[in-house]
Amino acid sequence: MVELVLFVVFAAAALFGAVTMVWARNPVYSAMGLMLSMFSVAVFYVSNGAHFIAAVQVIIYAGAVMTLFLFVIMLIGVDKAETRTENLPLQRPAALGLIALFGAGVVVAGRSAWVTGRTVSPGSPIDGSIEEVGGELFNNWLLPFEITALLLIIAAAGAIALAFFRDDEEGDA
Amino acid sequence: MTSLLETLFTTPLWSGLIKAIAVFSLLMLTALVLVWFERRVVAFMQNRIGPNRAGPFGILQTLADGLKLMFKEGIRPRKVEVGMYLAAPIAAMIPAFLIFMVVPIGAPIHIGDATVTLQGADLNVGLLVVLAKSSLAVYSIVLAGWASGSKYPLLGGVRATAQMISYEAAMGLALVPVVVLASAQLAGGDVGLGTMSFATIVELQQGSFRGPIPGWFVFWLLPSFVIFFTAAVAETNRAPFDLVEAESEIVGGYHTEYSGFRFAMFFLAEYINMFNVCAIAVTLFLGGWLGPGADLPYVGWAVPIFWFLVKTYALLFLLVWIRATLPRFRYDQLMSLGWKRLIPISLVWLVLFALVRAWQSFGAPWS
Repeated sequence: MVELVLFVVFAAAALFGAVTMVWARNPVYSAMGLMLSMFSVAVFYVSNGAHFIAAVQVIIYAGAVMTLFLFVIMLIGVDKAETRTENLPLQRPAALGLIALFGAGVVVAGRSAWVTGRTVSPGSPIDGSIEEVGGELFNNWLLPFEITALLLIIAAAGAIALAFFRDDEEGDA
Repeated sequence: MTSLLETLFTTPLWSGLIKAIAVFSLLMLTALVLVWFERRVVAFMQNRIGPNRAGPFGILQTLADGLKLMFKEGIRPRKVEVGMYLAAPIAAMIPAFLIFMVVPIGAPIHIGDATVTLQGADLNVGLLVVLAKSSLAVYSIVLAGWASGSKYPLLGGVRATAQMISYEAAMGLALVPVVVLASAQLAGGDVGLGTMSFATIVELQQGSFRGPIPGWFVFWLLPSFVIFFTAAVAETNRAPFDLVEAESEIVGGYHTEYSGFRFAMFFLAEYINMFNVCAIAVTLFLGGWLGPGADLPYVGWAVPIFWFLVKTYALLFLLVWIRATLPRFRYDQLMSLGWKRLIPISLVWLVLFALVRAWQSFGAPWS
């Protein structure tokens, strides 16, 4: 019962956030819509027993990433309302058709187990507690985990290198 | 009477509701006391007297100020973005109250057969929940700054984003050794799972470090404690890190355009957050509610709460002391302290500490 109420409230919030993100004229409202959507998804993770993923979702996505989005929006000053003149005449009807197609695809594909990953039995909730995730990550998947970390470090170092050393400054650097 | 209390506290819904109300009232009361506490302490440090008229020692001063703010006209400038402008003060209050829900303020109390934990909720991801809530706290400041539609609040908001993201990284890194140490204490010398639950972390700090020195984590993790506390001061935007509302540079920062009760909500949230970070530091590093005298007759249940409050107020005094002593950082100094000092130091310290822990569990690499 509690779970159903939570689901209905936060599903509505997630959809509202998603629509706001696309629909809002002002990028700040778009960013907040995306934040609301991500936060609501974190609530679904909690109600499915994946506490660790939920906490990480809020820390990384709803927290850090969206704050950086806001920072960029404010810093480069694009927080002005956009114009809505249409350049591609067929864009909106095509979008509607594609949404219908995508929705049908989700409904059809969501029934097969190879899409959703595992057959869910209502009696046995998945144990996504932090002990379980940590055990899996550091016992069975250590190498992929470390390689991913290395990849992220390389990406961060590359971004800094790109920002610091431009072609025209190479002579005096 | 006892049976009624028993049924109340064994029903999850009622006990949750009672705890929520208790946490809410405790935090509101604390904010009232804390504002007065800070004003008095800063006054004495600056050789002034401070508020001393309303009530004994002026302790009701904050109440009077709060009532005044409630009855003041809430002025809304013409250029604000109305929705976000109204939502921002509320967004400031919510994480402030939610963070405290995971902090245990006393030993579990037995009422009849029921055991009542003096904690909103004991989560197995407690530490991460604290980080998650504190990362949501930045939105209120950023949105308030942006929605005010004037330049000083916007500057404050932009400063807040960069500052809080930077110091959150340092704060998170300073908390990792706590988890490593908790797993060491929990599993003894063996390899074992750790914990992130606040209640368990407090219980692990029983026992002693060396001889009469208690087994608080601060004695193992002094560098982590210093880094956590520094980052926490920056996270709550307190002096010397109060660039977000630096009154001598950008008027009032993010709350320049707020007045009346909306301003009071920002103010309350700031003081509640001060209390929160000190309570979390006490729980993780200073043994939480642990202290002598918990087995006294009649008052034994209240003694742990007393110790918790004493330790928290000692840290709060430190916070006020820092504010009264240190001048504000420049913005580039703030950034270089965060990224070039605190984060590298906490990374090196984490690796060192993890190596010692691995040595304990697996033996020396050559053996």
